This record gives sequence, C-alpha cells and structure tokens, in this order.
Amino acid sequence: MSDFKNDGTLTGHVPAPTDLIGSGQEGSLMDQVRAWTQRVRGGDMGVLPAVGGFVVLTILFTILVQVVDGKQTFLTVLNFANLAQQVAPLLMLGMALVFVILLGEIDLSAGVTAGSSMAIFVVLIARFNVPWGWALLAAFGFGLLIGALIGFFVARVGIPSFVVTLGLFLGLQGVQEVLIAGSGSIPVRVAEIRAIQNANLEPWMGWVMLVIVVAVSAATSFWDRRSRTRAGVPNRTIALVWAKLAVIVVLGGAAVFAFNLNRGTPATQLGDVTVGGNQQAGVPIVVPFVLVILWLGTFVLDRTKYGRYLYAIGGNAEAARRAGIKVVLIKWIAFVICSGLAVVSGVFTASRVGTVDAGMGRALVLSGVAAAVVGGVSLFGGRGRLIHAAIGALVIAVITNGLGLLHLSSGVVYVVTGAVLILAATVDALSRRRGGGVRT
Amino acid sequence: MAEPIIELTDIVKSFGPVSVLKGVNLKAYPGKVTALVGDNGAGKSTLIKGLAGVQPYDSGVVTFDGHEVHLTTPRVASGLGIEVVYQDLALADNLDIVQNMFLGREETSWGTFDEGIMEKQASDTLRSLSVRTVKSVRQKVSSLSGGQRQTVAIARAVLKNARVVILDEPTAALGVAQTEQVLNLVRRLADQGVAVILISHNLADIFEVADYISVLYLGQMVAELETATTTRDDVVGYITGTKTQAGASA
Repeated sequence: MSDFKNDGTLTGHVPAPTDLIGSGQEGSLMDQVRAWTQRVRGGDMGVLPAVGGFVVLTILFTILVQVVDGKQTFLTVLNFANLAQQVAPLLMLGMALVFVILLGEIDLSAGVTAGSSMAIFVVLIARFNVPWGWALLAAFGFGLLIGALIGFFVARVGIPSFVVTLGLFLGLQGVQEVLIAGSGSIPVRVAEIRAIQNANLEPWMGWVMLVIVVAVSAATSFWDRRSRTRAGVPNRTIALVWAKLAVIVVLGGAAVFAFNLNRGTPATQLGDVTVGGNQQAGVPIVVPFVLVILWLGTFVLDRTKYGRYLYAIGGNAEAARRAGIKVVLIKWIAFVICSGLAVVSGVFTASRVGTVDAGMGRALVLSGVAAAVVGGVSLFGGRGRLIHAAIGALVIAVITNGLGLLHLSSGVVYVVTGAVLILAATVDALSRRRGGGVRT
Repeated sequence: MAEPIIELTDIVKSFGPVSVLKGVNLKAYPGKVTALVGDNGAGKSTLIKGLAGVQPYDSGVVTFDGHEVHLTTPRVASGLGIEVVYQDLALADNLDIVQNMFLGREETSWGTFDEGIMEKQASDTLRSLSVRTVKSVRQKVSSLSGGQRQTVAIARAVLKNARVVILDEPTAALGVAQTEQVLNLVRRLADQGVAVILISHNLADIFEVADYISVLYLGQMVAELETATTTRDDVVGYITGTKTQAGASA
C-alpha cells in the first residue's frame, strides 16, 4: 500500500491516509488488477474456475458438435434459449442450497420438497378445483412449513441436518406418491405457470430488463462509493465501476440482441402450400425471474445483518454466539429460505415438463449440491455466493446439453458430470493449499 | 490513589456443593493493568465469567464507577463497557478484520451495511493502538498470524469505548516477538485510560506490564500487591499457598 499513487482520473477518490493500515481500495486500476491477481494466486479464486470451465466447455462443444454432425446445433440462439430453460430448475435449487451450505449444513430433501409442493399444487387444482393462485400459495406454504420443520430439528433440537433431511427425503417421496396416487402424472393446466418456461418476453421488454440491470448495478456502486466518501475512507478507482458496467452492457446487450432474433422453425414449401414454421423471439420469461431472485438473495447475503451472520456462523459458530448473534434463529430461517426457493425450483420444473409425477425432484437435489460445489461453494460452510451456484449449474447444464447433442447416452453424461465435480473440488483444494493451507 | 472503576466486594459463587469463590475482593483502576494470577482451579475463570455477565455471581457487591450494578447478562456487562477477550479469541476466519470487529453490532443505514463508517472506525481503532503489523483492514482473518489475531480481538473489544478490558491469557500461544507486540498493546490500552485485567500464568509478562497483581488461591483473594514493591518469589509463594498476607496493600 505504500506505493499508492493518484491515477489522475475524475474520480473524487480520497487519497490513502498517511498511516500504515490500508484497506485494499487504494491505487490506480493497475494496482487493483495487481492486487486481484495476487488474491487469485493466493487461492481466493472465487467464481473464476467455474466461469473458465463454462467458456472452455462451450468452445469444446461448439467444435465437437460441428465435427460430429457437420452442422452447428450447439452454439445457436435456439440451443442457448433451450439451455436457459433447462438450467433454471437446477440453478434455483443450487441457489436455495447455498443458504444452508453456508452454515455447513445440507438439505437433502430440497428436491422432494419441490416435488411434493408441486404435487399439492396440481392436486388442489385437478381434484378440488382450487383457483391456481391459492394452490400456488398452498404449495409455497407447504414448502416453508417443511423448511421450518427441518430448522426446528436441526437448529433447536440439534440433530445433524444430514439425518433430518434424509428422513424427509424418504418421507416426502411417500407424500408425493400418495398425492399423485394412481394417476401416474397430473398435467399442469395453468397457462401462466406454463408460460414461465415456454414463452418469451416481448423483444422491447428484454431491452427494458437490461436497462434495469445496468441502472441497479450503477446505483449500488455509487451508493457504496458515497458511503465510503462520507466516512473518509478511500474508494476504488472509478474506472472499475465503468468497466463493470461496460461488461454488463456488452454481454447483456449481445444476449438480449441474440434472443430477440427469430429462432423459430422456418416454414416448409410443399408445392404452393406453406407448411409449419413458427415465430419465436425474445428473452425466455424465466430469465428475469432468476435474475431478480439472484439479486435479492445476493443483497441479503452481502448487505444485511442476516447474511453476515450466516457467514459468521458458518465460519465460527462459537464466535457468532459470543458476539450476541441468535444462532438458532439464523439457522432456522436459513432452512426456511432454502425450502422456499426449492419450491420456486419446483415451479420451474413443473412449468417446463408440463406434468407432475411421483418422482419429481428426487434426482435433482444432488445435482444442486454438485452445482454449488462446482461453482466454488464450500461444503464446510462460510464460503460461497449465490452466483457461484448459478455458474456451477450452468457448467453442469452445458455438459448435459452438449453431450446430448453429440448423441451420447445419459450414462456418459453422469460420468462426465461426476468427473467435473471431483475436478472442481480438486482445483479448489489445491489452490487453497498453495494459498497458505487454511481449513476449507 | 485514583478511585477504582470497578470494585468487587465479597463475591461468592458456588456450583452445587462446590464453592468456587469464597468472598473475593478485586479492584481495577482506569489506566492501570491489574494482573489476576492463581493456579489452575483457583477460580479465575469463574470470576471473569461473572464480570462478563455469562455466569452471574451468587452474592456480593459489584460497583462500577461508584454505583452498584448487577451483571446478570453479557449485554449488561458490555453496555457498561466491560469487554472480555477470551483465550480462543472467537474470530470468524472467513470474515475480514472489519467484519470481525463489528460482528454483532454492525453499522447500518437504510437496513444495509454502512461499510464506509465501519472501515473508518476499525482502522481508527487499530491506529489508536499503534498497530503496525496489519497491512489491510480488509484482509481475511484466516491470513493473519497469532499475534495479529490477538490484536484484532483486542481491537474488537475496545472498538466501542470499552472501560474495562479483561484479557484471558493473551500471550499463551505466541512466540517471543509476538508476545512482545501484544504486551506493548496491553500497555498502550492502559495508557488510553482503560482498566485492564490481565489473566496470565507467565510471571515475566506480568512483571513487564502489570501495575498491580491480585492472587487468587482456592477461591480467596490472598494478596493484592503493587508490582513495583514485590518480587517474583513472593508472588509464587502466594500462588502456591506457601505464603499468606494479612491485609491488601493496594
């Protein structure tokens, strides 16, 4: 920090005070980049390996699909719109699990919580003619109740979450089977729910969404800077804010533009009759849902006492207790949040599949844990963010999607996904060891 | 002689049939370091837990700033400005220095953190303790050495205008250089007008920084000595019970 120098931009950034304690915020853009490189070398890689994995896999599948099929079916707007819809349930479940994994706990029943709450949803509509809004409310109510139940046994009674949620994993499967009993599967006949995973935003709404994202991002950055300026502590160089906004504008703009192109099937001419063909354009509706929940969750984790205490308990529960934090309450609420978001994941699945059967959600939970771990969330607790689980889920979804386009069986998909999971954990462990060998 | 900021009189505490504190007196003065010594089982921890409000005393009088107070909960104790730094420090490794110092009492505006204010206060506190070994207040605690962790724990204790700081074996796990750093820190703390109660088994440390030495022996305060007018052998004698003192000199 001693080599601080003003970068001369119109930043209004406060020069470092002349004492010896820095805050890591001082210096020019180059100093910040250097500091970041050091952190990465020290093992604090954050989301980097998962993003790298995603990019590498995308390039790899683009080439392989081209070579095997002779035409490009992977790197197309249609396939990426598909991917967004495929990944949504897994991504949401991964984010749900982050809340309990941060505590060093686990919720094995998250998948069947999603499944059984959706079973309640469709049964209420199909058998009891309940309006779908009330049925949805009941589904969420059931999910939150399950979360409260897990929280009671884990936080209050003190049973390991593995055991409690394993019990619920088995029990809720039974509930689901009884509810669906005999029907095999029950269709979801609610147009609004089906639209989430099957319809697109109007093209102009995609642009509005991007503007909102940029505005919110800019507002939080400047809010933070104002707080720091007021307190008289140095701000990071403002170039970083512009760079971040530029990345969002360019990547987000490219995505919205691509999604707004028509990706429908072209019509076929049979003689003088035009057969089939459809128009399909716009950002999938599920995308704004995911973005809003991701933003809200990240806000809670990064900027509120609840989030800070979650990390503190995950890092050192005894320290948290001595600091006057209500450990039991915080844990309890974490399980409720997890189950609540699991129901959202269930809604996404029901919307996409169009039916609810007795086995829904059973297989998804372990993939959700895998998504979180691949993204860089530590199962020991205290380390990880929602965006990690989101990107981890994308990596897993790209593998499933890409191998499917290569006409490989689901067996191969499982093997590759498992290998990637172990690889991700290994990269994490090795980088940490080099960074000074701290636990987790 | 200044007035003591905190004075314990005739403190009694028992656990069932086992009486641990049998009428203990203790005084701590602002700007002075009072060492509390005694062999294992003498009742030091019980005495401290009572001061912290974790385990209230059965009977006896505690006066703080001339008023009688009842230390029934940790909140009451910290509200008065009594802070304890436990031996295992109780820091969260995965949080940074600022986050640890403010844990449980974060500054917020509009329901969200005011990181600017917190960072400012944290670095001001560290600076007031002349801490020179910490590079950035945004370092994760997992990257700190033992001495640095002790520093952060002490800074956390004095962040909110602490008036009495109790340090439980602050140098037990440290090497020579780091012990020296922490002892200097203890001295500076007292020089700022804080009453420091230092628990230690290391007599060399005590003779280096303490102004007064209070010796507990089997639940009784057997000696209250001024460091300047006593010797190591005397203190060892009191700790082991081979020597007794009629009245208290402090």
